[in-house]
Formats: sequence, C-alpha cells, structure tokens
Amino acid sequence: MTFDSAAIRRQFPIFEVPATGGTALHYLDSAATAQMPNAVLDAVRTHDASARGNIKRGVHFMAERATEAYGGAREKVAGFLNASPSEVVFTSGTTAAINLVAHAFGQSLKAGDEVVVSELEHHSNMVPWQMLRDRSGIILKYLPVTSDGRLDLETLEATVTDKCKLIAVTHVSNVTGAVTNVSAIVAAAGAVGAKVFLDGAQRAPHGPVNVAALGVDFYAMSSHKMFGPSGAGVLWGRAELLADMPPFLGGGEMIRSVTKDVTTFADPPARFEAGTPPITQVVGMGAAIDWIGTLDHEAVTTHLNRLTERVLNGIADLNGSNGRIKVVGPQGLQERYPVISFEIDGAHPHDICQILDGHGVALRGGHHCAQVFMDAMDLAGTSRASLGPYSDDSDVDALLAGVEDAFARLGVQ
Amino acid sequence: MNDALYHKAVMRMAATSKGAGGLETPAATATVDNPLCGDRVTMDITMADGVITDVGHKVRGCVLCQASASTIGEHAVGQRAEDVQRVHGRIHSMLNGGANETPEPWTEDVSAFEPVAPHKSRHQCVLLPFDALIEALATAKSGS
Repeated sequence: MTFDSAAIRRQFPIFEVPATGGTALHYLDSAATAQMPNAVLDAVRTHDASARGNIKRGVHFMAERATEAYGGAREKVAGFLNASPSEVVFTSGTTAAINLVAHAFGQSLKAGDEVVVSELEHHSNMVPWQMLRDRSGIILKYLPVTSDGRLDLETLEATVTDKCKLIAVTHVSNVTGAVTNVSAIVAAAGAVGAKVFLDGAQRAPHGPVNVAALGVDFYAMSSHKMFGPSGAGVLWGRAELLADMPPFLGGGEMIRSVTKDVTTFADPPARFEAGTPPITQVVGMGAAIDWIGTLDHEAVTTHLNRLTERVLNGIADLNGSNGRIKVVGPQGLQERYPVISFEIDGAHPHDICQILDGHGVALRGGHHCAQVFMDAMDLAGTSRASLGPYSDDSDVDALLAGVEDAFARLGVQ
Repeated sequence: MNDALYHKAVMRMAATSKGAGGLETPAATATVDNPLCGDRVTMDITMADGVITDVGHKVRGCVLCQASASTIGEHAVGQRAEDVQRVHGRIHSMLNGGANETPEPWTEDVSAFEPVAPHKSRHQCVLLPFDALIEALATAKSGS
C-alpha cells in the first residue's frame, strides 16, 4: 500500500503556516516536539468547552464529566502500554516521571548501592540520578557508547554488579535514533535482581509499547512528543514497585486522610498525582493515542525508513564531494528510528540550522541535552533532523538543498 | 534572511578571528558556556593600571560567536572594565531593538551584528565573548 503522506499532512494545520521568508514549512524537529493533528486540537478545545471541571472531588455534572475524561485517558494510556490503569501515573512529562522515580524509588536505595545509566542519555535521565547520588551516596555508573552512537554493551556484565539496584537507559536515543537492546539490559538486571527504567520519550511516538513484553519495571513518555499537548506525560511502573514507593510531591488528591499529626496516603497512581493535574493536557494525550491508533504503522515505518535512507544517502553523497559532513550515529536503517544527527567539519550547528531555517527547514542544533554524549564523541554538538509521519520527500529535498547552501555560505569546501 | 545574517563583514570578522589562540601568560582568564547550545568562550587578558594591554580567546562556537570574539580581539586593548561594560550594555540594547550606540572604536564592527536583532535565540552568541571578557576583568580586579 502506498503511504499517503499528503493525507496525513492535511490533518496538521501547522503546515498551512508559512515558515521563514514565506517558504513552506519543512518540520524536521519532531524529536524536540511533535505537531498536533486536528483530532487532538479538537479534543482539547472540546474538553475545555464542554467538560471542563476539576476532577474526582466534585459531585456536580461538570466535575463528573471531567473525571470521566481524565480516567478515560488513563485507560487509553494503559492500553497503549499493555498495562493496568492502576500502574499509569500522569506527570508533567518524562522529566518529571524520572524525577519521581529517582526520589520515590530512590528512597529505597542506600549509600553504596549502584545505579547504572549511560553516556547516551538525555540530561533528564542523567541529572536526577546525579542528584540522587549527591543526596544519598549511591554510586552512579555509566555504560559507554560506541562510535556509531549506540549503547556499548560489551562492558554490561562487568558494570552491572550485585550492588546494582537499577539500570536507567534510553529506549531510543534523542541524538542518534539508536534503539537500545532492551532484552540484554533486562537480562543483565535480572541476573542481579536490579530493576530497569526505560526512557521512552523518543520511542512512544512510533506506536504502542508493550511494557510487559519488554520486561522492564518503569517506563516514561511525554505527550508533546507523541502528537499531544505539552505539559503531560506518563510514568508506568509495576504495581508492586509503585505500592512500595513513598509519595514524591505532597498535597491534595494524593492523601487518604490528613490530621495535624498524621497523614496517610492514597494508593497508586493517585499517590503520585498531587494537586490538580494537567487535566486538559491529559485528555489531549488520550486523543493523541487515539490518533496514533488510526495509523498503519507498517506503512508509516516503511515510509519513514525510505525518507531516512534518502537523508543518509544524501549526506553520504555530499560527503563524497567534499569529505566534510558525516552522520553521527547509526549509518544505516538497522535498529534505529528516524532521528539523524550530522556534523559538518568547520561549521557550527547553530549556523547550519539558521541557514536551513532560511529554507523553511526546522532542524535542531546543539548538544540536544546530551552533553556527556557529545563529550564522549568529542563534539560540541550536532545538527539533528527528526522525522514524523507527516514528513515527506519535499522535506528531505529542502534539507539536502539547505545543507548545500550552508556549505557555500560557510565556506565549507 | 540568511544573506542578512551571514553577510561579508560578519564572515570576514569570523575568518580573521583576531586574538584567537589565547595568551601564553594571561593575568586573568575566564571561561563561560552557553548552556543552551554548548558554545564555550575562554578569554585571556593582561592588564596594566586597570587598562587591558592584551587579549586572546579560544572559541568553540558559531560564526556570530567567533565574529564577536574577533571584535574583542580588535578593540579591547586600551579599554577599561567600565568601557567593556558600557559596550556590552549598548550591544544588548541594540540587539533588543535599539540603535547602535556603542562608542568608538567598536561602532563599525558592532554594526555587523545589527541583523541579529530579530533572532533572539542568537543574541547570546554575540554576547557570550563579552560575558567572558567581563568575567576575566572581574577576576583580574579581585586578584584571584
């Protein structure tokens, strides 16, 4: 079946907005934030226009409508993850989810316990563990990266000792698009009784995630990267783990009873949802999951693989002419998603991205919140193209033309 | 837009990179980072009687950052800390929509950065080398 990217694109009103200089928008920054289709935009507006109320505590009509909408979104997320709704905690995003685990699960760790992360991690899956290390005296270890931007698992067995309590790694790299070998991570953790946390922010936009099949213990994802509104995200955790975790934030909703002297706490997931949650955003996230469910994922994957291959081949061709540009990350399509970082010798990512902006191409340049990875690769930063189901050949054409223009303007011979 | 930003003067200044390489025996040095993009500027200075006598820099940054550092390499010698603060403030104002009111001898080179004004995300690229110079001057003053 031929993938109709135009039909997908028509669902996203953002593409009617001219970009810099009145050019068409070629949005290749979906790894930073994805665009929202009409179905999600409409769901958000409809909720606020017809079902807006605070959830759970009110007995009036609107409170019940809002509660139903919020609970409905939780069930959609549970279905997306092949999990129970009671294991789905709504947060403000992946970063908040990781901080929740670092604090609440982290309280069970003592000085000398080990947590393993990697050099490939986004700061959001590194800094909270560093803060835990500084608070609690846990030992933080880093799995290295390979020269093609993947987790280097050669030292996995040696790194994951019987002191390891948690391995926290990315499911898909936000810099290189590389997919982590989750089964190897789970096996290594299982051998020593450690738990596994997966940062799913870059993987979740590409379709349902079967946390049971993955065998992990925690999973996090962000609404705004999966075609939903910003301000909402999910922590999934195994029921028995969440049950043992103390609250992270205190306040309304997460209590059972409060007196001056003693407060008891609600069961999960409410225990971890203090205060009024991002109700509208959560409803939007649910609508985004519905929208993802309308896609033919096999066709989308084939389409994005074809575009990714065009980008990789295009960069290789440009390198063939001057030897100055290379992909930072996997060079082919195996075990990767459509996130492609590249560097141009003698040109700064900011300049590359600025020049590409002149072509209407939205690219991201810099360290991508992965400074440790950049240090490991001896780079200051990269330019990154990240595709979504609305990406098409015109986007790739504009990207490659823009890179050629950057060569000329920046004097890269 | 690209023609406006990456015009001949800016490209020349970046390529010239006056002062690049740092100083062998600086009296004071400062390194500042732009946490948003990873750019880094190290600024070395020597001073006598409160006046900059030599300046050198190492820049890991974009064309705008390099051109700005080169501007410092061209014009910082002979300046005092308060002169540099004034220039920094005037550049900041210019980038935020004001006229270029930087004093001589900075005026012409700073005018090369006027097209950066509409691009707020690039303002710090121009200001980072001046931040580093101000910090180096503060280090020199404190004697540490």
